[in-house]
Amino acid sequence: MLEIKDLKVNYGVIQALKGISFEVNEGEVIALIGANGAGKTTTLQTISGMLTPTSGKILLHGTDISKVLGHKIVSMGLAHVPEGRRVFPGLTVLENLKMGAYTRSNKSEIADTLEKVYESFPRLKERQNQLAGTLSGGEQQMLAMGRALMSKPSIVLMDEPSMGLSPIYVDEIFNIIQSISDAGTTVLLVEQNAKKALAIADRAYVLETGNIVLSGDAKTLMNDDAIKKAYLGE
Amino acid sequence: MGFLTYLINGLSLGSVYAIIALGYTMVYGIAKMLNFAHGDVIMIGAYLVFMCTSNAGMPAIVSIVIAMGCCTILGMIIEKIAYAPLRKATNLAVLITAIGVSYFLQNMALLIFGSNPVSFTSVIPWEGLSFAGGQLKITGNALITIVVCLVIMVVLMWFVKNTKPGQAMRAVSEDRDAAVLMGINVNATISLTFAIGSGLAAIAGALLCSSYPSLTPYTGSMPGIKAFTAAVFGGIGSIPGALIGGLLLGIIEILAKAYISSQLADAIVFAVLIIVLLVKPTGILGKQIKEKV
Ligand SMILES: Nc1ncnc2c1ncn2[C@@H]1O[C@H](COP(=O)(O)OP(=O)(O)O)[C@@H](O)[C@H]1O
Ligand SMILES: [Mg+2]
Repeated sequence: MLEIKDLKVNYGVIQALKGISFEVNEGEVIALIGANGAGKTTTLQTISGMLTPTSGKILLHGTDISKVLGHKIVSMGLAHVPEGRRVFPGLTVLENLKMGAYTRSNKSEIADTLEKVYESFPRLKERQNQLAGTLSGGEQQMLAMGRALMSKPSIVLMDEPSMGLSPIYVDEIFNIIQSISDAGTTVLLVEQNAKKALAIADRAYVLETGNIVLSGDAKTLMNDDAIKKAYLGE
Repeated sequence: MGFLTYLINGLSLGSVYAIIALGYTMVYGIAKMLNFAHGDVIMIGAYLVFMCTSNAGMPAIVSIVIAMGCCTILGMIIEKIAYAPLRKATNLAVLITAIGVSYFLQNMALLIFGSNPVSFTSVIPWEGLSFAGGQLKITGNALITIVVCLVIMVVLMWFVKNTKPGQAMRAVSEDRDAAVLMGINVNATISLTFAIGSGLAAIAGALLCSSYPSLTPYTGSMPGIKAFTAAVFGGIGSIPGALIGGLLLGIIEILAKAYISSQLADAIVFAVLIIVLLVKPTGILGKQIKEKV
């Protein structure tokens, strides 16, 4: 479904991604883990067209999107829940969700999707007329996820959804990711919380200063000594 | 009766400020920049209307539509050539560019139209209303200006709230990167904002010069600064803020001229602005905007 080939990304002279390759198959949950500054956010932003790669290919359903403008990628079935949630603070919860369906035009289909999102996130429905900026961090994260689902994506990229959340919310967020996957959406999950990410992922890639240094089955990686030491704090 | 007349004239001048302030406030809200050339687009609009009516003998309404069209295109060209390449540049670079564009427009007008004032014929031929046996007169200019301003405000607020491009504007003004992730074309949205602001500038130019008929290449400059003040006054980035700021500014200016001193009027206007900003730094309707670093 999504195939990254020898992707290189520069910030001026700094090379943040040094030629990474990986793939995400339909229905999978893929975890991309790595320390702060490894290049995880850069990877996701390049896939969703917010950054232009220096070289390499990004194939989405077989089409190279590495040069497609960011705003055209959503309608190709890819949604991105950005780092730091980035909800529209001055818009209500409902307006934020509708913004997620910006590229869609069929009103009744949008209403159906909204209904489904509200089923997955009942709290958003309770607060649908509240300004997004007044929500708690966990609620904002749910809103960011719900907003991404409003475009009816076939694949969702999530950038550190558990960052800065209290343990209760962290568990809830991971449960939601699991149910998004169960509903048939492919997930590419970036996390620093490697333990939780590996627990729900099918496969994982480990990113270190712009290179993929390890990859494999999530359960296998969880028992890998190097991983345990570096990322699981054991 | 004198006071009522002043009040209505103040509302009328304030309506012109409000229409101009819309251009400042929308561009600031959506592109996060101060387009200091906006006042000069008003002047260009007024000259275009003048040429259509006085030189070509066209009806006022046709002239205004032509001027709106030309200013819309001018605004989009300015944005494309001068500002779009600076999307990731520092605020200071953008500000200096805007000042440059402003001088460029003024000098271009000087070259084409010369520095002598031309006498603008009002686009509103209506005499107006007369009450209390002629003691209270409301000119057609004043009345139509106020009505046009209110109509523009209502239409614009409806547009932003209920149309897709309007939704895109709100999203871009809230968070440009997140807007891209929603599938919104940010460049097109910013371009549209300039188009609307500049089209309205043409209307503002025609209305302003209908009440104050002496037109020179510098005509847009002072109302531009005042309208910018009005936008800040009302809360920059807010459409109703532009209306409230513009109307208050116009009323304060006219009353100060009438009752205090016509020389001091501008100083009083800016003194009021400073006081408002000391009490409420974001302006009357302004939201606290978190500056991104
Ligand atoms: N806008 C930027 N300008 C310059 N360097 C950047 C920028 N964003 C990120 N970087 C650098 O790129 C590298 C990867 O960053 P990032 O992708 O944000 O890492 P991660 O998400 O894994 O923490 C880091 O060394 C970071 O300092
Ligand atoms: Mg990151």
